[in-house]
Amino acid sequence: MQDLGIRVLFLGNNLQRLLGGLWITLRISLIAVACSIVLGILLGMLMTVRNPVIKALTKLYLEFIRIMPQLVLLFLVFFGLTRSFGINLSGETSAVIVFTLWGTAEMGDLVRGALISIPKHQYESGAAIGLTRWQVYHYIMIPQILTRLVPPAINLTTRMIKTTSLVSLIGVVEVLKVAQQMIEANRYTVPDSALWIYGTIFFLYFLVCWPISLAAKKLEKRAW
Amino acid sequence: MDTEFIVKYIPLYVEATKLTLGIGLVGIVLSVVAGLLIVWIQYFRLPVFKQLAAVYIELSRNTPLLVQLFFLYFGLPKAGIRISSQGCAMIGLCFLGGSYMAEAFRSGIESVERGQEESALALGLKKSQVVRYIILPQAISVSVPALCANMIFLLKETSVFSVVALADLMYVAKDLIGLYYKTDEALLMLVIAYLMILLPISVLAAALERRLRYAGFGN
Repeated sequence: MQDLGIRVLFLGNNLQRLLGGLWITLRISLIAVACSIVLGILLGMLMTVRNPVIKALTKLYLEFIRIMPQLVLLFLVFFGLTRSFGINLSGETSAVIVFTLWGTAEMGDLVRGALISIPKHQYESGAAIGLTRWQVYHYIMIPQILTRLVPPAINLTTRMIKTTSLVSLIGVVEVLKVAQQMIEANRYTVPDSALWIYGTIFFLYFLVCWPISLAAKKLEKRAW
Repeated sequence: MDTEFIVKYIPLYVEATKLTLGIGLVGIVLSVVAGLLIVWIQYFRLPVFKQLAAVYIELSRNTPLLVQLFFLYFGLPKAGIRISSQGCAMIGLCFLGGSYMAEAFRSGIESVERGQEESALALGLKKSQVVRYIILPQAISVSVPALCANMIFLLKETSVFSVVALADLMYVAKDLIGLYYKTDEALLMLVIAYLMILLPISVLAAALERRLRYAGFGN
């Protein structure tokens, strides 16, 4: 009776519900990506400052966030904050906070890498031919930094979208949770629906992330 | 902080750490093997397999491990394929890691100049000898940083194994929170456990990377 499992997808408004769940996933990741890009650029600039205290602090932040699995961070914010400080956050808000923290760390490291990859003599040459500090940034630095930054930043977006699947584990009703609900609701009428529904979600994620990865690959190869 | 509680439940965390490490290591070894296989297919441009490898890489890189595990553990039994929790976890990790490892090896191989390969062929080495003596020794040292990063990435990804009913660290922590309402203690031990697993590897990887950078100084 396996061919009947797919029926569940078209029962009632199940397909819309799945896509609605996917939208929640995407919304969390897009907000987090937007915040991380802004904060990550600031962090990256901060990391190039030659101040031992700032250096140690940013390094500590980066290492901690990078070493901890994202699920642990989600637990820390969702359960830990509530318990220790009485701050009651919804699953979605804690997800945005965690993914912003994580994205900022990753983005900050990318920005730092792009900044230090530009040889110092370019600043000096720019200054030597009479450009102001602002002009050096505008005409020499920013275009080069952007070309180095855009492909990995896009990759970070796909990683973010993939990782947001974890938020179902802290009770956010996103695409995986909707799928579970659908499978449970139809357990007696369509017992074999799990294969089809999880298969569908697999491809939904693929369809979202694949074009983004392709775009990143294309930008990486393009000669600017 | 309830220290008594912490001391009492340390053994649970030790068990869970062993489980995470065990499955993680098997998964990493399997993904390295899968990665080598794929790179081998791509390098010799085997027809059909090459296309399959490309499809696999895209599928694996663009879907989350959690969804892969759900499909393996809850979906496949409906098609008559039943895999144990451990099996699912290892297969899932290998499916995810294989493509990442393949990319790491590929970048290493691409870093070896084409001219070297051609010179070796001109000297009369067989293609397999070129791979064995010329390309691999150079490629592997270039791919080591990426391989280490993948290893850490895969170990971090093991944190979702609780969804396939494996008693890993997340599972234990969630259990303790649910049973005793000791959120702070459970989370603290969780963080420490992950730090103890991943910090040494991360430090080691950084040291290795620094060491390997000397190899590139001749260029």
